[in-house]
Amino acid sequence: MRHLVSVLVQDHPGVLQRVAGLIARRGFNIESLAVGRTHQEGLSRISLVVSGDDAVLEQVEKQLNRLIEVIKVTDHAEPHVERELALVKVSIAGMEERMEVKDIAEAFRARIVDVAKRSIIFELTGDSTKVNNFIEAMRPYGLLEVMRTGAVGMSRGEQVLKVREKKAV
Amino acid sequence: MNGAKAILKALEMQGVEIIFGHPGGTIMPTYDALYDSPIRHVLVRHEQGGIHAATGYARASGRVGVVMATSGPGALNLVTGLQDALMDSTPVVAITGNVPQHLIGTDAFQEADVVGITQPVTKHNMQVRNVNDIPRAIAEAFYIASTGRPGPVLLDFPKDVQLAEFTGSFDVEIDLPGYKPTYKGHPRQIERALEALNRAERPVLMIGGGAQHASAEVTELALKTGLPVIPTLMGLGAFPGTHPQCLGMPGMHGSVAANRAIQYADTILAIGLRFDDRVTGKISRFAPNAHTVIHVDIDPAEIGKLVKTSIPVVGDAKWVAAELVKGAKRLNLGKWWAQLEEWKTKYPFTWKPKPYLQSQEVIQAFWEATGGRAVVTAGVGQHQMFTAQFFKFDRPRTWINSGGLGTMGVGLPFAIGAALARPDELVIDFDGDGSFQMTLQELATLKKLNLNVKIVILNNGFLGMVRQWQDLFHARRYSEVYLADSNPDFAKLAEAYGIPGFTLTDKGRLQETVKEVLAQPGPVLLEARVHHEEGVFPMIPSGGAAEDMIIENPREAVAGD
Ligand SMILES: Cc1ncc(C[n+]2csc(CCOP(=O)(O)OP(=O)(O)O)c2C)c(N)n1
Repeated sequence: MRHLVSVLVQDHPGVLQRVAGLIARRGFNIESLAVGRTHQEGLSRISLVVSGDDAVLEQVEKQLNRLIEVIKVTDHAEPHVERELALVKVSIAGMEERMEVKDIAEAFRARIVDVAKRSIIFELTGDSTKVNNFIEAMRPYGLLEVMRTGAVGMSRGEQVLKVREKKAV
Repeated sequence: MNGAKAILKALEMQGVEIIFGHPGGTIMPTYDALYDSPIRHVLVRHEQGGIHAATGYARASGRVGVVMATSGPGALNLVTGLQDALMDSTPVVAITGNVPQHLIGTDAFQEADVVGITQPVTKHNMQVRNVNDIPRAIAEAFYIASTGRPGPVLLDFPKDVQLAEFTGSFDVEIDLPGYKPTYKGHPRQIERALEALNRAERPVLMIGGGAQHASAEVTELALKTGLPVIPTLMGLGAFPGTHPQCLGMPGMHGSVAANRAIQYADTILAIGLRFDDRVTGKISRFAPNAHTVIHVDIDPAEIGKLVKTSIPVVGDAKWVAAELVKGAKRLNLGKWWAQLEEWKTKYPFTWKPKPYLQSQEVIQAFWEATGGRAVVTAGVGQHQMFTAQFFKFDRPRTWINSGGLGTMGVGLPFAIGAALARPDELVIDFDGDGSFQMTLQELATLKKLNLNVKIVILNNGFLGMVRQWQDLFHARRYSEVYLADSNPDFAKLAEAYGIPGFTLTDKGRLQETVKEVLAQPGPVLLEARVHHEEGVFPMIPSGGAAEDMIIENPREAVAGD
């Protein structure tokens, strides 16, 4: 099973290394990891795509929670939005191919961000399946480079990942 | 005031009385400040000795142990001890110097990425880069080390931070939004636990290192309910080992009664333990009849990690056990106890007397001569297991050994730390000839402090535990385990450090030698020359289950000695 996990962390130096190190050390399988700042000062948010059964996922969450700088961990089991950004450079042999490739891109709502004599760079956002499908559709034409950010996600509706209220220990 | 003075003031404010450490270039400003500090410093001969001594101090006292080291090689010598403290949940704070910030990342002299390297071996670590952050960093380090599931915390101070002028405040607030340990177990789960105990026909109470501070409460719980008690290697002493309700430790070299009790138990109440593989054997065959496992632990990540748990209780062992006591009833376990008694009587820990000196009888003799009134440490190997089997621990925090990491060499530094933490106690280090030689330089520290530590080296001339495995599982191919041809004369070695040394070879002189050693004030070393053929039994081979337990030495069963 594939799980998208969001982790709210204090953006101290080395926190990414801590999270990545823990995942590696405990032998968890991760497909991707993305990180960025939030709107709140001092807080960053990490998205992980983890594969494993429920027991594995439970351990991932619990072990991440043991890290002092990890504030909150959520497995997006509930309805959520998931997006990934990809840049895909496709080789173009001739006019005919250029048209075909553009048609495919349109179907996927991929944007052209660079055009050269023998190549096009597409920019695509979507969930990981959509990105996978786009890459497969382009493969026959010749993939020159693919760069993906890894999935990021957010729960739908009012549910948010935030710092817990202070409670007495 | 500079940063170094601020470090010491902040440590003082935490109530630190002793620092174990070794100086060097990048920590020199702090050593300079130490020169006028009321905090006592114990100069160890190797940083590994320092971290183990701090660990022994912490485990014997329940307080935070403190160790200090210089950058690079000094800090890296702490790594084994940090992992040891992490695995046995011991509160330790390590203070390390580092190269000045403008040199970090330049491969400067004695630079190492200590924060990176020690990340996986600490509960938390950080580099303090701003001099005014010192008080908060130290307050947080002690708070993290000593609360929740205790563990080691390392703080790294670049030299320029120690030298910079401190203009901050010592009136600091701890702000750790991601760290809120749960102390009070959920009332509903505690209720369910009590219901399950009342329904149980064959329950057992297992207690681990996490119950050491809750000794009074778990003992009361056991006495009130009449539950059989199984302390793990780390839990020994949290419930009196001589009490009739104690079945002895479980696991690889545990008692038949404890392992069978777990095998047949229908309900397990586990408090402050983590189902280590040396306790469970093959996990899929562990406790096959237990339909209910109640697991009490302050670390939620331990619950359900290895053993399927029906009733999870996240909370402090002390608090939860006290709650359980309130609701507990005397259980009707007559039939179950009849069975347990049978196993207990039929299979006590024992040994076959031989004409030569045996480790088991040496340990037993010290136990008898001291009436068990001692704090005991050990190295790692057969002697450690023999000590766990034959020294009956009746009080908490009196058995200090390396359970999780199995670190050879901890015996002497643990003993030094324990003796400083409990100056009123006799401390005995039952050590192996192999283990002892890994940290024997601390004899100098011991001599200097003149502590009441009796070192008993059970010298079998081999890396005995490895030899035992070779005996059983490697067709007696004794690859690289022989020490006797190059072991020192241990008594003479002690004498060289100015510590009285004794040698015992003759079984007949055991009792009087023990008396002599104990009568001698201050540190003493006794080398007991024991036979190498002795094995630790019972034994569940690695990866086996309770059913696979080898009760007697198979070599003796076949050869009839
Ligand atoms: C630092 C370290 N290295 C290696 C081992 C593996 N090991 C476990 S027990 C043992 C033998 C210990 O020999 P000794 O201290 O003489 O004790 P004995 O088993 O003979 O009582 C060894 C090598 C270990 N536990 N720790």
